[in-house]
Amino acid sequence: MTDPSTAASGSSVEADQFVTGAENAKPTTTKPRSLASDAWRDLRRRPLFIVSAALILLVLLMAAFPFLFTQADPNYAELSRSRGTPSAQAWFGYDNQGYDIYARTIYGARASIIVGLVATALTVLIGGTLGLLAGYYGGWLDGLMSRIADIFFGLPFVLGAIVILSSFGSTGTTSQTQILFLVILSISLLSWPTAMRIMRSAAITARQQDYVKAARALGASGPRIILRHMLPNAVAPVLVYATIALGAFIGAEATLSFLGLGLRAPVVSWGVMIADSRDIIRVAPHTLLFPAAFLTATVLAFVMLGDAVREALDPKMR
Amino acid sequence: MSIQDEALPVGTAPGTPLLRVRDLHVEFRTRESVARVLNGVSYDVEAGETLAVLGESGSGKSVTAQTVMGILDTPPGHITGGSIEFKGEELLTATDKRRREVRGSGIAMIFQDALSALNPVFTVGFQIEEQLRVRRAMSRKDARKRAIELLEQVKIPNAAGRVKQYPHEFSGGMRQRAMIAMSLALDPELLIADEPTTALDVTVQAQIMDLLKELQLQRQMGLVLITHDLGVVAEVADRIAVMYAGRIVEHSDARSLYRRPSHPYTEALLESVPRLDLKGTELRSIKGLPPNLADIPSGCPFHPRCKRVRDVCRTDVPPQHEPEPGRLSACHFAEELVAGD
Amino acid sequence: MTDNIIEVRDLTKHFPVRVGVLFKKTVGHVRAVDGVSFELKRGETLGVVGESGCGKSTLAQVLMRLEPPTSGQATFEGRDMFAMKGAELRKLRRDIQIVLQDPYTSLNPRMTVGDIIGEPFEIHPEVAPKGSRREKVRDLLDVVGLNPEYLNRYPHQFSGGQRQRIGIARALALKPKVIVCDEPVSALDVSIQAQVMNLLGDLQTEFGLSYVFIAHDLSVVRHLSDRVAVMYLGKVVEIGTEEEIYERPTHPYTQALLSAVPVPDPELRGKRQVIRLEGDVPSPVDPPSGCRFRTRCWKAQDLCAQEEPALVTRDAGDHPSACHFAEQRAIVP
Repeated sequence: MTDPSTAASGSSVEADQFVTGAENAKPTTTKPRSLASDAWRDLRRRPLFIVSAALILLVLLMAAFPFLFTQADPNYAELSRSRGTPSAQAWFGYDNQGYDIYARTIYGARASIIVGLVATALTVLIGGTLGLLAGYYGGWLDGLMSRIADIFFGLPFVLGAIVILSSFGSTGTTSQTQILFLVILSISLLSWPTAMRIMRSAAITARQQDYVKAARALGASGPRIILRHMLPNAVAPVLVYATIALGAFIGAEATLSFLGLGLRAPVVSWGVMIADSRDIIRVAPHTLLFPAAFLTATVLAFVMLGDAVREALDPKMR
Repeated sequence: MSIQDEALPVGTAPGTPLLRVRDLHVEFRTRESVARVLNGVSYDVEAGETLAVLGESGSGKSVTAQTVMGILDTPPGHITGGSIEFKGEELLTATDKRRREVRGSGIAMIFQDALSALNPVFTVGFQIEEQLRVRRAMSRKDARKRAIELLEQVKIPNAAGRVKQYPHEFSGGMRQRAMIAMSLALDPELLIADEPTTALDVTVQAQIMDLLKELQLQRQMGLVLITHDLGVVAEVADRIAVMYAGRIVEHSDARSLYRRPSHPYTEALLESVPRLDLKGTELRSIKGLPPNLADIPSGCPFHPRCKRVRDVCRTDVPPQHEPEPGRLSACHFAEELVAGD
Repeated sequence: MTDNIIEVRDLTKHFPVRVGVLFKKTVGHVRAVDGVSFELKRGETLGVVGESGCGKSTLAQVLMRLEPPTSGQATFEGRDMFAMKGAELRKLRRDIQIVLQDPYTSLNPRMTVGDIIGEPFEIHPEVAPKGSRREKVRDLLDVVGLNPEYLNRYPHQFSGGQRQRIGIARALALKPKVIVCDEPVSALDVSIQAQVMNLLGDLQTEFGLSYVFIAHDLSVVRHLSDRVAVMYLGKVVEIGTEEEIYERPTHPYTQALLSAVPVPDPELRGKRQVIRLEGDVPSPVDPPSGCRFRTRCWKAQDLCAQEEPALVTRDAGDHPSACHFAEQRAIVP
């Protein structure tokens, strides 16, 4: 998993410095603009952003309204058409069981996206909150939380996930939603330290700024300083991490499914499809190719989006 | 554009000066705008003299120096016109190789922030020696000896021990001395000092200025001192070029400039600094802000802030001319100022 | 009731120097402020001047109660500042405000100017009812000489001088009695510096403010101050009226400082007294024994290493000076 903390942390501070340097080159009479809208203006002009955003939008549409893309039933199998190659009726062909791969790829987006979105939200929420608290209070609290994060950080991701999923999800009685929940939980549990580290270093940078000192001199309370002053200035690097992590988590779901630990049939997901194609790759490569291509494109789109967002939020890279 | 062409800077001796900058134009281009950072800057520097370039942030004083050194970031910077001659040799059209040769051995530069100008992972001695070994093909031993000599010249106590230390082990003043020693390693004929004492405490600042003066005298170097501090300028400069919005608005010898400024901007600057020796009631501040370089006011760029503004200032760019012998001013009414009204 | 709004007695602030990753060990203390006493009279400006590391900014932090003092007392209008809690502390926060040095980092870049100047009212809602806040913010912008319509802009749309005005407006919002100015003009250009200094002067007259004006620029301090304290390595070495310090300094350090300040007048070149100190300021972790200035002082004798000079008025001077050999010497031309 990528760790963008080195590249992204403290980017909000650099943004200010850029403004300092360009003071005289920047008209002071323009209409009010916030830093976020500046970033948005910048983003709209980046081809990298437009391509990745369009791709992501498409995948999100597939996840929300799969029936817009295909009339075929992803759960209807006919063994007679097993391993059928791509044709006019089935653009991506049929898999081992005779399922329509195109329909399944479209419907599979939903599970993958849910895992990605929820796991990211959870990771950012846990890591961000802990990082913010550690950054603000410092001292023993910071020490304790950082050491706990280090322990989780030391666990290899796949090994950790295997341990969690196989010890809680191995019993045959677990339902599909439970497995989905477990997959999300294990991904978040193993990933929050990265988010925490990024947020912590950004929060420490923000905390040392003079405006925090000024707020303290006014008698501002801890929560006010954290929410009004530190969070808005520290959130940018975590947002960048979140976009990249989303792609990575979709990949992680596929990995776990492929290993037989994550989602499994009858749930349709790209990971499940890749797992199903495992034994027939050589005779029917299209069964692997299409879900894998969608997976790769989606992951890549999120990583590219993260890159574009980082550059937009860090004007030094313009 | 041509206004600067006709007028030559003061103090131009016959023959070739050490450094001759003529009608330099530089733009900073960003996606949104084009900032005209230098709009026809001309000056000469002779060996052994000190030219102070005085200006506030955004006046173009550092950009001029960076362009002369050939270290301007391009992009966003674009040199759109002018010439820079070092001992009669045109630098702007010279090859990269030739420019590198001139850098260090012909023209050297010291910066405001010595901590970031020195590489933190190498010892101070190594950084001086490296230049000597690469550019002068000196042996390791000779280079070390020379580095110690240089550190002694800039009055670093225990130079033989200090040479093995890292920049962070030096105090602020010592670090600045080390950077000066480094810039002198290849015996440059011209030294450009960009705000060399701004980051230092006043007692250390005085030490460093004394040192620079002494070294200049010893080596008969030309010195371009870039600063915003009217006090420092008054103490060391032979000639002063005052910059505003990428132009030299006044170019005089030091005494005349302080006695009777020939440009209202210089006049206003002098009135706005608090002085140690005078306890005034109200400082005469300059109203308004420095201009936006992407949208420089019409006519005289200083006119919106000038207390002597008249109609002609709003429409006509004042040509640079000599209100009295040996001085240049870019004000329509320089003669009145010089005469005193 | 005295006319001293703030009285400070033997104030010290030591920062521990810790090493180690897991088990931190204190190996020494940075003695940033080490026994400082002064009083601030109502309506006056006390200039605090000194070089970097002399503890002047730490002094500001402790006075603002941003850092707890290591020892010593301070009273605000006769009440112990460091003992205050709860409602009393909130009242103190309203009465003492701070203007910080860097106009680029002292304003939150993600908040509009209206929100920045209005924040004091959110923290102290009793000062202004909700409906009147926007109007108050406009008034404050007007007072510091900014267009009240700038309310919805962000700090990055302003120049350094304008940002410093915003910082001053925020400090004024709660109608404080004392403003601690920590290098308020040192980051500004010359022409802008004068504007901000004049503004500070005008506001003092208009609102009857008392200033603790901390700066390293002796010219700026002289221009604004009624009385001046000169600090060196955590101690006040000389204190007196502006005239006493600038016209009749008696401490060698003050004299050297004044001598080092360049005067913008080429006619004086070579005619001024030159006192050049050797070396840099020693580390505040391990300051010299006795008089802390003795390592750089041309007058230093054995006595200076043995005995710390008290800050008292001696025969040779008319104001307190912490030098065994204090004598008057006119430095400023």
